[in-house]
Amino acid sequence: MRHLLDTASLDRPAIEELLTLTDSFVEVSGRQIPKVPALRGRTVASLFYEDSTRTRLSFETAAKRLSADTMTFSVSTSSVNKGESLRDTALTIEAMGVDAVVVRHRSAGAPHRVASWIDAQVINGGDGWHDHPTQALLDCYTLRQRLGGLDGVRVAIVGDVKHSRVARGDVHAFATLGAEVTLVAPPTLLPPSLAGWPVRVAHRLDDVLDEVDVVYLLRMQQERMTEALVPSLREYTAGYGLTRARAGRLGPDAVIMHPGPMNRGVEIAPEAADDPRAVIVDQVRNGVAVRMAVLFRLLGAEGRTGSLGADAPTDTDAPADTPADADAPTDADKESSRA
Amino acid sequence: MPESLVLKGGRVVEQAGERVADVVVSEGRIVAVGPDLSADRVLDAGGCVVAPGLVDLHAHLRQPGQEEAETIETGSRCAALGGFTAVVAMPNTTPAIDSAAVVREVQELARAALCAVHPAGAITVGRAGERLAPLAEMAELGVRLFTDDGTGVQDDLLMRRAMEYAVGLPHDVVLAQHCENAELAAGGHMHEGEWSSRLGMAGQPSEAEEAMVARDIALARLTGCRVHMQHMSTAGSVALVAAARASGLAISAEATPHHLLLTHAACASFDPVFKVNPPLRTEEDVAAVRRGVADGALDVIATDHAPHTPDAKDEPFDQAPPGMLGLEFALGVALSVLDLPLGEVLARMSWRPAAVAGLAGTQGGPVEPGRPANLCVIDPEASWTVEAGATASRSRNIPYVGRTLKGRVRHTVSAGEPVVVDGVAQR
Ligand SMILES: [Zn+2]
Repeated sequence: MRHLLDTASLDRPAIEELLTLTDSFVEVSGRQIPKVPALRGRTVASLFYEDSTRTRLSFETAAKRLSADTMTFSVSTSSVNKGESLRDTALTIEAMGVDAVVVRHRSAGAPHRVASWIDAQVINGGDGWHDHPTQALLDCYTLRQRLGGLDGVRVAIVGDVKHSRVARGDVHAFATLGAEVTLVAPPTLLPPSLAGWPVRVAHRLDDVLDEVDVVYLLRMQQERMTEALVPSLREYTAGYGLTRARAGRLGPDAVIMHPGPMNRGVEIAPEAADDPRAVIVDQVRNGVAVRMAVLFRLLGAEGRTGSLGADAPTDTDAPADTPADADAPTDADKESSRA
Repeated sequence: MPESLVLKGGRVVEQAGERVADVVVSEGRIVAVGPDLSADRVLDAGGCVVAPGLVDLHAHLRQPGQEEAETIETGSRCAALGGFTAVVAMPNTTPAIDSAAVVREVQELARAALCAVHPAGAITVGRAGERLAPLAEMAELGVRLFTDDGTGVQDDLLMRRAMEYAVGLPHDVVLAQHCENAELAAGGHMHEGEWSSRLGMAGQPSEAEEAMVARDIALARLTGCRVHMQHMSTAGSVALVAAARASGLAISAEATPHHLLLTHAACASFDPVFKVNPPLRTEEDVAAVRRGVADGALDVIATDHAPHTPDAKDEPFDQAPPGMLGLEFALGVALSVLDLPLGEVLARMSWRPAAVAGLAGTQGGPVEPGRPANLCVIDPEASWTVEAGATASRSRNIPYVGRTLKGRVRHTVSAGEPVVVDGVAQR
C-alpha cells in the first residue's frame, strides 16, 4: 500500500489487516500516556482545502500518538495562498520534507492528482462526493466492535447517497467485508447509475426498517431543497428520518450510525441519536485509532511492527501535546458541506 | 523561375477515385498530374497516398486572447503536421469573433499560418446567447460558418431567428451548433452514468445533448436553414441526425477523434486530460458514433482541437477546463478505429468538410491541373506511438499518450508550399 486514495481498491485482507492493526492502537489509546514512538522523525502534513476540524484533529491526534511531527496547511483559513495551484501547493509541501500528506478537498480525485505529482504518501481525507476511506474504515471497525463482524449483516444507508463520499466509501468497505447493503433514498438522491455497486435499493425507509441490523443515516443538507431534489426538510424527515417511532421499531441489537455532524430532528431524531444502540460517539473515538493504523501501515511498516505497543509508555517525548478532548465530538465543529 | 515541386511515386486518392500518378505543383497550383513527371524539387511519395489536404471544421486556435495556450501560428503548425490544409477557427476567443473587426484581426494573423485559417463567426454577440451577431457583416468578409461553440444557443426563439436570418443572407452559410442544453448539463464535468456515479462527479446526461439536437432538427425543418451538428457524442444524437438526414433535411454532423476512441472510463484516473465537452461517453455511444461515421450519418470528422496550458490542466478534474489536442492525431485515430477504405475516411476529413464550410473551390477538390495545390501525403501503413509532449502546440493536453496509431502524414503542401516534409514542419 503506497497511498490510501480510495476504498474500492482495498480488498478484504487489506481492510482486515488495517482493522487488526486498529485493535492495537485502540489499546494504545486507552493507556494513561497514549503515545508510541513508531513514527518518530516522520512528518505528516494535513492539506485541507475544506473546513473539517473533526477530521483534521483526528488525523493530527493519530499522528502525534505515533510520535510523528505534524504540519497543517489549511487553505480555507488562508495559510496557503488561495491563488496557488493545487500542484504548486503539493510540491511546496513536499519540498518541506513531509513523508505523508492527508488531503481533504472539495473536488473528487484531488488526492489522486496530488499522488501523481509528489513522492510522499497520500491519504485521502475526503474528496468531494467521491470517497472518505478512513471514515469507511472506522465505520467498519465500529461495526465489528459492536457486532463481531460484518458477514451477513444487513445495513441500510439512508439519505443523500448521491452527494456522499461517506456512502461511496462505506458501500465498498461494508460489502467487501460481507455485509448486505441497501441504499434507501428518493431517486433524486441516488447516483444516476448503480452499475457495479454491490447494493440493493429501496425508496422508503419504512420498507426496510424491519429487516435491517444497521441504520446508517447520512447528513441531509439544506441546499438539496433549493436544488429541488426533495420538496422540503419536513417531507424528507417524514420519509427518511430515523424518527423516534422508527427507532422504536428497530430490534434491541440494532445499530444506529451517523458520520456527523448531525442535523438532529432532520435525518435523526434527538432520541435516536442518544439511544444506547447509537454508536456515533464510538465512530469518532475509533477514528483516531483507525487513522493511527493507516499512518503506521503507510509510514512505519519497515520491520517496526513488533515494537508497536511494548515500548511505548516509557517513551521520553511525553505526549503532553495530545489534545485531551480530541476523542470527543466537539460542538464547535463546523464541518461544512458534505459529511 | 519559381520553384516547382513534384510529389513522386504516390497513389492519388480523391473524390473521383484513385490512380498512381506524380503530381507537379508550381506557383500555388497543381500544374501536372501523370506518370514520370519531374520538377525542381522532388518529395518522395513512394508507398504513400497523395490526397487533397484535410479540412478541419472545428479547431480552437485560442487567438486572440489565450495565446499562452495556442496561437494561430502554432495551431496551424499542428494542423499542417496532421495533414490539414485548412481549418475553421472557432470564435470562442477573447474577444469572441463576433464582428467584422475581430474577423479581420484573425484573417490578418492567419497570414502567418502554415495552412488556410478561416474564422467562424459567433451566432450571438459575445456568444452570450442574447442578441444576434452581425452575420451579414461577417459573411461579407468570407465567414461561412457560424457557431457559439463552447455553448449552444439556449433560447429557442433566438435560434429560430438566427436560422431564418441566415437563410436570407446573400452568401450560402451554415449554422453550426454545440448541442448542449445548459440546464440539463448544469455543473456536469463528465458523462453522467456509471463512471460519474462511481467517481462522485457531477455528470452531464446524454439527453442534455440530444434535447438540443432534436430542437435544432425541428428548427431546421421549420426554417430551411443549413445546420451542422458539432461533435456528436451519443447514440441518441447519431440516431436523431440519421433520421433527419434520411428525411431530406440539409443537416451535416461531425464526430471527433476522441469520441471515436475513448470512453468515460478514461476519467477513472481523475486526469483532466480526459475532460472534454461533450464528455467521453459509454462503449455503446462510441460504437454508435463509429457506425454513424461509417454509414455517413456523421459525414464529417472534426478535431475539436482544444489546447489548454499545463497549468490549467494541473488542477482537480472538476476545476480544469474541458478540451484536448486533436489536429496532429485525428487522421491516425480515424485510420486506427474506422474499418473504412481510405477514400471514405478522406471524404469525411477533406472534401465533405470543405463543402460544409463553403471551401470547395480551394480545398478538398480534385487533384488535377489548375486546382489550388492543397495536398497531403499520407503513409497509411505507418504505425507510431504517441509520446507525451510530442506536439507543435503550445499546450500538452494529449489524450492519446502511449497509444499506437496507424497512418501518418508524411508531407503537407499548403497553397503550393511544402509546409511539412517527411513529418517535419518547415517553418
Ligand atoms: Zn463545442
